[in-house]
Amino acid sequence: MMPVMELDTALLVAAIALGWPLGRYMAGVYGTEPFWARRAAAPLERAIYRLCGICAQEEMDWKRYAVALLLFNLAGAVFLYALMLAQGHLPLDPEGLRGVGAGLAFNTAASFVTNTNWQAYAGETTMSYLTQMLGLGVQNFLSAATGIVIAVAMIRGIARNKAPGLGNFWVDMTRTVLYVLVPLALVFAVILMAQGVPDTLGSYVQAHLIAPFTSGKAVVTHQVIALGPVASQEAIKELGNNGGGFFNANSAHPFENPTALTNFLEMVAMLVIPTALVFMFGRMVRDDRQGWALLAVMLLFFIPLSLASAHFDLAGNPALRALGVTQAHAPALAGGGNMVGVEDRFGVGASTLFGTVATATSTGAANCAYDSFMPLSGLVNLFDMQLGEIIFGGVGSGLATMLAFVIFAVFVGGLMIGRTPEYLGKKIESFEIKMASLSILIMPLLVLIGTAIAVVTAAGRAGVFNPGPHGFSEILYAFTSAANNNGSAFGGLAADSHFYNVALALCVLIGRYWTYLPLLALAGSLAQKARIPASSGTLATHTPLFIGLIAGVVLLVGALNFFPALSLGPIVEHMMRLPSHPVVR
Amino acid sequence: MMHDLKAATILLLFLAALTGLVYPLAMTGIGREVFPARAGGSLMRVGGRVVGSRLIGQYFRGNGYFWSRPSATAPVPYNADGSSPSNLSPDNPVLLRHVGARVKALRAADPGARGRVPVDLVTSSGSGLDPDISLAAARYQLDRVAACTGIAKSRLQALLARYTSRPFAAFMGEPVVNVLAVNLALDRLRARHRPPGGGARGMCRRTPVSGRM
Repeated sequence: MMPVMELDTALLVAAIALGWPLGRYMAGVYGTEPFWARRAAAPLERAIYRLCGICAQEEMDWKRYAVALLLFNLAGAVFLYALMLAQGHLPLDPEGLRGVGAGLAFNTAASFVTNTNWQAYAGETTMSYLTQMLGLGVQNFLSAATGIVIAVAMIRGIARNKAPGLGNFWVDMTRTVLYVLVPLALVFAVILMAQGVPDTLGSYVQAHLIAPFTSGKAVVTHQVIALGPVASQEAIKELGNNGGGFFNANSAHPFENPTALTNFLEMVAMLVIPTALVFMFGRMVRDDRQGWALLAVMLLFFIPLSLASAHFDLAGNPALRALGVTQAHAPALAGGGNMVGVEDRFGVGASTLFGTVATATSTGAANCAYDSFMPLSGLVNLFDMQLGEIIFGGVGSGLATMLAFVIFAVFVGGLMIGRTPEYLGKKIESFEIKMASLSILIMPLLVLIGTAIAVVTAAGRAGVFNPGPHGFSEILYAFTSAANNNGSAFGGLAADSHFYNVALALCVLIGRYWTYLPLLALAGSLAQKARIPASSGTLATHTPLFIGLIAGVVLLVGALNFFPALSLGPIVEHMMRLPSHPVVR
Repeated sequence: MMHDLKAATILLLFLAALTGLVYPLAMTGIGREVFPARAGGSLMRVGGRVVGSRLIGQYFRGNGYFWSRPSATAPVPYNADGSSPSNLSPDNPVLLRHVGARVKALRAADPGARGRVPVDLVTSSGSGLDPDISLAAARYQLDRVAACTGIAKSRLQALLARYTSRPFAAFMGEPVVNVLAVNLALDRLRARHRPPGGGARGMCRRTPVSGRM
């Protein structure tokens, strides 16, 4: 466990050390005061706005902002969908891959536009280089930027005083891509290449084996090595909390994640923007303590959950021990533990931690097979998502949902002390509470109803791969992942079926837009209100007491909604392993 | 609305060109100029012929080689055009059957090895393309490889040390042996030591061996 604790600490220190300056920088990017980066690229920005017919000074109220966002996402989805269908007739397709089927293309377009990156396909055998770059890669940037501008609008709603609008969607979108995502991705992609991640437009390579072998009746003498423009996509995949792998095995593939160092850096990359946004929030509401308070809530969940996941998977699989296998915790044994689906260069500890980061941040990347985790480590992944993707959460969307929980906690706190609830000088009234509740409660409904439908239909059950309660967990995981825009999976589930392509795409779309439109409405309503100065009776929202209150609200909603479902899946699977209930073989 | 639709479309096309063409093509350009070998897939060549990638594992079951980990890719193990884990859950009877059979095969191939079988040698990896094995997994096979190649154990140990890569920091990952690299080195050593025309001895048949373990 010691190495995991050290890795966990190093990871969080790195994320905070990079997130702090980045948060300051982003506050400058979205602010109104003159800022060096904006000044430097002002001519380019102006040219873009002129080209698109955008009036940069126009302030949008929440409805205009939401319409612009929806139109932009819709255009992106149509573009991606068309590209996938047509890829067989387009250039940069050295392997001669044909157009993607309509069902899978719909699922994939919905999933990439919403920053979910659920993948019901294997990248190396389905998507051409052009689709990877101009289709999936583009949405990696734009869906991340969409999440970020939602958070920016929400923060402005809280920070502004009697303001008619939330900013300008087109400007926020352009600035997010130009000033934040592209520069970060450029730097990270170069680092990844230096570590061995390929980046080429050349076709797949055929290697001549030095030791041919027979498989079935055929003698295998060659190995076809899939390549592609991987580094550029890998960088934004982690930074934008997208998680869609270039290859089927995602970050377990040595070309996506070649060394222990890239594994560490990919985890940092997943955390850095969500962390920066929390600090940016503190900066924009002119009270850094508010940002630290939210970070404290996140860490309160993240640290114990990540350690629990590592603990249960490092404990190993007793059934393997009985077969004469050693899973001892020694560096010589790649760290030991349950190595099924784990790569040697990472070991179990760095793999479970990667899993926690990827599910807590809504990235959904995977550097190992989550389906093969010990039951309670799999439960940690599920629970990270079921908390509503707020422990860091997706870029932007995580902070926005967290703020909905905060407003809820303020309301609960206000009820307890008998005062009108207010947050950072803004009165929280019935409209705000309605919108926050709506946004919080849609996700559990999607997950639980979706899972229930899948379990009672033959089409839903047909996708299950592993027997027993684990099969139920696979279904629960799929709907949890889709409704939370996470994208990771218990990969055994055969998800490229008509049922799952449509059902999960609907979850993905509703989970994204029905969750964040109410939050934009909430932000619009808050923006119009006057800031009231704090008095002695104001509930302080940066104290340990309030941090505990937020955590309590989050836990209560998450645990109460999902405990019964979790009991039927990973919890009963774990119980069946206990000595009094020997596993039936 | 129409005005917004126009803005959405043009901005999308502009940002798509920037992030979907300019950015990735700039990266492939940098890769070609600055890291040509790595950006091209870290390919390994023998006599000008590509024999594999340093980063992509291959299936080795010959007695004169260090074995790689099992692989769950289809239709053949270590299919580098179809990465995949087994996705078997910890209690799936299929997993236990596979592991049991692998333990048996290893015990038969390495009668001299003592103790329990290292877990990574009997489990498939997350990608099915794991290029590495653990130090314990390599040591477990030392006696067999030494017997079959005629190379002294001390020499093999030095070889393993040379092809072991350690993580950037001890807590970040695990030390591992690159299987393809070490087996290529074995081939080179063997070519130097074996008299011309001499074959491998007795149990040490090299190729082809049967797959799917």
